[in-house]
This record gives sequence, structure tokens and C-alpha cells, in this order.
Amino acid sequence: MVIEPRSSVSIWRAGLAPIWAILVSLLLCAGLVAWAGASVPTAYGLLLKGAFGSSFAINETLTRSIPLIFTGLAVSIAFKAKFYNIGAEGQLYAGALAATFFGTGLVTLPPVLMIPFLMIAGAVAGGLLLLLPVLLKTKLKVDEVVTTLLLNFVVLLLVSYLIEGPWKDPMSLGWPQAASIVDEGVLPGLLAKGRLHFGFVIAVVLAIGLWAMMRFTVQGYEIRAVGYNARAAEFSGIKINRTVIMTAMISGGLAGMAGVSETAGLKGYLTLDLSPGFGYTGIAVAMLAQLNPLAVIPAAIFLSAVYVGSDAMSRAVNIPTYIADVIVGVSVLAVLCSVMFSQYRVRWRG
Amino acid sequence: MATQPVIEFRSVTKRFGTLTANDRVSLSLDRGEVLALLGENGAGKTTLMNILFGHYRADEGDVLVDGRALEPGSTRAAIDAGVGMVHQHFTLADNLTVLDNITLGTESLWSLRQDKKRARSKLDAMIEDYGLYVDPDAFVSELSVGERQRVEILKALYRDARILILDEPTAVLTPQEAEQLFSTLESLRRDGLAVIFISHKLHEILAVSDRVSVLRRGALVATVETRTANREDLAELMVGEAVVRPKLKPLEAGPPVLEMDKVSTRNGALQEVDLTVRAHEIVGIAGVAGNGQSALADVLSGLEKDFSGQVLLNAQPFSAGNPRNVVASGVGRIPEDRHSRGMVGDMEIWENLISEDVRTAAMSKSGFLINRSAAIDRTRRQIEEFDVRCEGPNAPTKLLSGGNMQKLILARALSRNPSFILANQPVRGLDEGAIAFVQGRLLAARARGAAILLVSEDLDELMSLSDRIAVIYQGRLSEARPGSERTIAELGLMMAGQSDRGEAA
Repeated sequence: MVIEPRSSVSIWRAGLAPIWAILVSLLLCAGLVAWAGASVPTAYGLLLKGAFGSSFAINETLTRSIPLIFTGLAVSIAFKAKFYNIGAEGQLYAGALAATFFGTGLVTLPPVLMIPFLMIAGAVAGGLLLLLPVLLKTKLKVDEVVTTLLLNFVVLLLVSYLIEGPWKDPMSLGWPQAASIVDEGVLPGLLAKGRLHFGFVIAVVLAIGLWAMMRFTVQGYEIRAVGYNARAAEFSGIKINRTVIMTAMISGGLAGMAGVSETAGLKGYLTLDLSPGFGYTGIAVAMLAQLNPLAVIPAAIFLSAVYVGSDAMSRAVNIPTYIADVIVGVSVLAVLCSVMFSQYRVRWRG
Repeated sequence: MATQPVIEFRSVTKRFGTLTANDRVSLSLDRGEVLALLGENGAGKTTLMNILFGHYRADEGDVLVDGRALEPGSTRAAIDAGVGMVHQHFTLADNLTVLDNITLGTESLWSLRQDKKRARSKLDAMIEDYGLYVDPDAFVSELSVGERQRVEILKALYRDARILILDEPTAVLTPQEAEQLFSTLESLRRDGLAVIFISHKLHEILAVSDRVSVLRRGALVATVETRTANREDLAELMVGEAVVRPKLKPLEAGPPVLEMDKVSTRNGALQEVDLTVRAHEIVGIAGVAGNGQSALADVLSGLEKDFSGQVLLNAQPFSAGNPRNVVASGVGRIPEDRHSRGMVGDMEIWENLISEDVRTAAMSKSGFLINRSAAIDRTRRQIEEFDVRCEGPNAPTKLLSGGNMQKLILARALSRNPSFILANQPVRGLDEGAIAFVQGRLLAARARGAAILLVSEDLDELMSLSDRIAVIYQGRLSEARPGSERTIAELGLMMAGQSDRGEAA
């Protein structure tokens, strides 16, 4: 078996790679569904119906995609600069902590100011949390994968301490949760029914903004240059460390906003199960989107549909909901393989 | 003579996608013969040798060793048949001794003790016989480049190679080390080994080979007896047309443009370097790779600011450590490695051409929005002016050939008419046509009044292009003197560390 690079990669081949990956992963997971004793067409039919089959289902799928768009964007921009931020989960909670600190009575402004204020506070918190790893990386070359990953647990333990202790809502009947966000800070719903809220609009606008920044601005240009070839970027006078630090601040900020959006949009208060791993799933979103901010939106909606749909499916045909995690995992692996195949060809001989 | 050839290529064809790297190449090689394989970069020399050595399989045709077809695609079969290859990039383990490197892989994996004694006596005999002097107990990390190459050759001979392939062996050697290599080749030839010598340096090929086979765009265009060949004919066969390298015309040097006074870097890579380059002047820096050239280039490119001493550009203080200010103050820079330093392969051509001045008012609005249309317009003009063969400003940079990539770097460095040009290995790895283009551009810049510092490992290039030449050895730079005052042999000795006799007097 010989693997050779392709001399040129056609646009359709590169663009269709994620679609192929999704098809392949659904095909592979069909085997698991069959193994679990369910009919594959029925199961996938239920999954599709559970994700998109009714206005309620669509509403849920989009709602669930909101934090994934934020964290997907956070990971995309960081990875684009080859800064491997695995800590979106922790930054999400940092944003949620900021929203809770300022939004439960400490500051009260009219909603047009209060919502941006909380968003910015959350972004600053997420960015600050990433400041330590990025400085360790740029000053001392400490591997950011380790530091960002481990900080997730630090933040989660801090959240646990706060909502079991000093920040515990006395009105919560003993549940470990913080006080509710004041009404002025709550993100309004978008539709009369369902949970879809204004966070979706913010996420989509940020995706478009980030795409435009990467494509049209000097800063986006420099981030891309540093990520593709730091030595060449340095030679042409781009300040590598400054660019990486700026990228990390944007990345942490976006992940922090995911926490604000979940706290002030969906739940209304901070709990320890605010995020079932949205920060980690954001990595899958970013890979599926091939780090393109615009593609993050459909990628996040797809993964959200898999999670929401598999809930419905597992209730009906008795397959564990973990099938969703398997589909997500397999589809990320498949997208990595298909990206490789779009750039290399394999020849079977001898 | 009806002796059987040691190696025979029969109509070997190898394709990569639409590119035909080797097109029905047939050649043969006898015992005790040195065959030179001549061709430009991308002509298919290395591909052909990789087929022989089993790294690639031919799409069509056979390779015969001693009249028997060699199993395709098997390095093991090639080694067993007596083929030894010395790659351009060495494949030695730094943390092992010479002896261990040479015996590595020849001992059975299951034998519990190594027969060091027998190995050592065999090695000692080879070292004596072929003049490949190197200490068997030295660690490879302590050896010079020339010594490492000898270890590679010994490694091949230790495996009883009867056919030795040397891929661009002199690229990393001083002239003296190259001479030594040539005398080794002579003794190998006397012992009946067949040698294939890959090069694009004509004078070496004329010096060491019996026959020359010339490859052009994958096809064998001619095989000639070296006795009957001359430099001009070989060059023309290689390129396909007569190529004239530009010549230096005498010019009166102008005022000093670059002045370096006792410049030392903190890490010791440069030590008290004094250097003046004037307008209308090219100063060449000779030296074996790794003697401080990179540190010198880093200082003058604005990458290194951790140095003592003084650098003046047009009598103004130099913006040390700030590449964009260095460029803005009138420096054009050609980096040593165009792939890793010069260009971002994953970006489009126009994006690479604005990398030095993207924050200036011409290319972006208040350092924020890139002025795309202005950038693409300028790129289109530069592509035209510098004759870059590409699909247009939006083409991906990584698909360009080395020559075209270097033209882009020239376009970026020279378009602003810099007063000082740092040209670090500007023609390394380029083919004859591109070399003539790059050298012509540098000479045109000199005629216009630029001061040029030319760093190169190729003494011929330095001799033909430089008004004055200095030698760098272990971070110290000799006085720059006119090329006519020194011979290549003298420069070679200085490159190996002997101090300048002229200075000592």
C-alpha cells in the first residue's frame, strides 16, 4: 500500500469531505444499532424524527446547538493559530461564573445594556482563564493541551464549591445551584413556544463576524499565517506571541459567552450540570467544520441533532443514548480520514 | 568487451499522477566505472535511484543487477544485491558510535552478543584501503559533515556494496573535503566498484566520471564519454538550450550602506564581526554551513536583537529585532529556506506578497481591513515583472516550483528598490534557468546602486558574482577582499579554519 499526495485538491473534493464522513459514520454506527437488536431504518428514522420531526424537535435541536456554535468557534480560531485549546469546557464555566457573579443582583441595568454587559463579562472571564496557559506557552513553551485540559477540572471544582457553599441559593430547597439571573439579564426567547433563545442570534452573528475577520482583516490574516507557518510569519514581521495571545483571548472569550448564554438563556441559574461537555464537543464541531467559522453553524446543528435525536430514538427502541457519543466520535474520526483522502491518494499494489 | 553490465535499467518509466518522472530510461553501468547522472532539479535523477534502491516501484521496465531482474519495491533485495546508497540527508544515529552505526542492522536480531572484534577489523581495513579516515569509536554527534559522509560510505561498503550511489555528495563539503571524496572514489573504482554519482555541478562531473548520462524532464537525452565532453555542451544538454549565466561588470563602489562594527550575538554564534557593504557592491560570504551564516542573516533580517556592537544602515541606527521596520528602512531580504521561512505554502500568492507590508496604508485601512484589490493588482504586476509561472494571484503558493517560489520572494524583496539586499543562498536548489534569472536580478539591483550581501556555500557562485569575498568560520568573519586576490583553494582552507595568510602578515 502506498500513500501519495495528490498534486492538486479540487474544491468539491475538499468541500464534500465532511459529508462523506457523516455518511460513513452513520453507516458504521448502523452496525452497532443492529447489534443492539434494533432495526436500522427504524432507529435512524426515529433519530431523524426526534431531531427534526416537529417544530418542537427543531426548536430543541437549535437550542442545543447554541453552546456548540460558541465552543465550536472558540476551538476553530484557536486551532487555526495552532493553539490547541482543549479548555473550552472550563472557559464556559468561567463565563457562567461571571454571569452569576454580576447577574444575580450585583449589577442591574436595562436589558439592552444588561445582556451585552453579561456577555462581555463572561467573555472576559473565559479569556482571563486562558491567559495563564497562553502565557506559559508563549513564555516557557509549556504545552497548552495539558494546561487547558487540566484547568477544566480546576474550574469545575470551583463551581462545585461555590454552588454548594457561598453562592448556594437559599431558595433552592437544598439543591446545589446558584441564585437566578435577574430578569433584565435573561436572554429573551425567540419564539412563542419552545426554549430557543436570543443566544442563537448572538452565536450566528459571531460566526459571521469571525469568518469576516479571518478573511478580510489584517488580524485574521496574521492568525492564519502564524498557524500555517510560524517561521515564515515571524520572518515577515508578524509578532508570533502577540498573535497567539490575542487568538487565545478571542477563543476563551467565545467559550465564556457559551457559559453566559446557557446560564442567562436556558437555565436561568448556574448548576454543576450546566454543560454536558459542550466544551469538548466543540472540538468535534470545529473539526467537522474544518475550522471554518461559517461551517461551524451547520456542524453544530448536526451534532446537536444527533444528541437530541438519539434521546428520542433510545426511548423508543431501547438503545442507550451513548450511541450519540459513538456517532459523534466516529464522525470526527471519519472527517479526519476523509480530509486526508482528499489530499492523498492510496494505491493498493503489492 | 562482452562483460555483463553490473546494473542495467531497461526502459524504466515512473509516473506520479500526470507527471512522468522517468520516461523510458535505459542505461547500464560496468564494474569499475563511475557514471555521473546529470540533470536539473526535477529531471528525475533521484527518482531513478530510488527505483533502483527499492523506495519506489517502476510503472514499466526493469532494473537488472548482474543480469538478473531486481525484485521491485524492496530495499532489502537491493541491499542483498549489493546496492549501497548515500543519501543527500544522512541517516545516522547521532548518539551511537561510528562502529555501532555501521554495524546497525547487519547483526541478527536474535544473536545475544555482537561480534565487535570482527566488525572492527573489517572496518579498519576499509578505512585504510579507501582513505575514509574516521575514528570508529567517535560518536556521530561529534563528527563534521564530511566525516559523517565517510561513515555513510563505510556503512554501504560494510554491507558489501558493489554498486554505490552518491546523491549530491559534494553539496555539504568544503572544496578540500570534496577532493578527498574524489580520491576515495578513484580507489573504489580501482577495486571494481561501480559508482553512480548524482550532481548538477559540471566541473565535478568532468573531474570524476567515466561517462555522463544526462536526464531532462524525466527522459535520458544523452550518454557521453566524459573524455569527449565539455562544460558548455553538458550544460546545454541538461537545460535544453544554451544558458548564459550573467557576469559581473566592474562598477565603482559608492558610499557605505551597511556597516557592522564588532557585532557579537549573545549565544556566541557571531563574534566581533566587522563588515562594510557599499552601494554598487556585492560582498560574498563563504563558509561551510553552520559557521554563523544563519546568525548573521538573522541579525540583518531583523529577527535577532540579542547582540552587541553596532549596525548602521545608510548611517542610521538599524531597527534591530523588528523585521517590518527593517524592511521599511530599505532592506530586501531573501531567506535561506524559501519553504519554511520565505513563504506560507497554504496561503495564496497575493497573501504571501503582502506579508511584509500588510500593515502599511497601501495594503490595509488603518491596519485593520486588508485592501484586497490593491494587493491583487500589485501582485499581478509583480508576477508579470518577475516572470512567475502560475495561474494568477489567487493560486495556492505551495504548488509552485522552487524557481517560481524564489521569483516570488525576489518580487517581494526587490520591488521596493531596497538600498541593502541580504541574499542568503539565493540560488540553492534552483535549475539553470532560474539561477540565471535570480543572479541577473541581483546584478541589476547592484547596477541600480544597491549594496548586496551574498551568503553562499558555492564558491563558484561567490567567485563569479562578488566584488569582495569574506569567509566565516565559527562565528568569525575574515576581512572581505576582492575575489581576484584569493584562489578557491585558499578560500577552502579558510573555510576549514585556517586563518587568512594575508591578514597574519
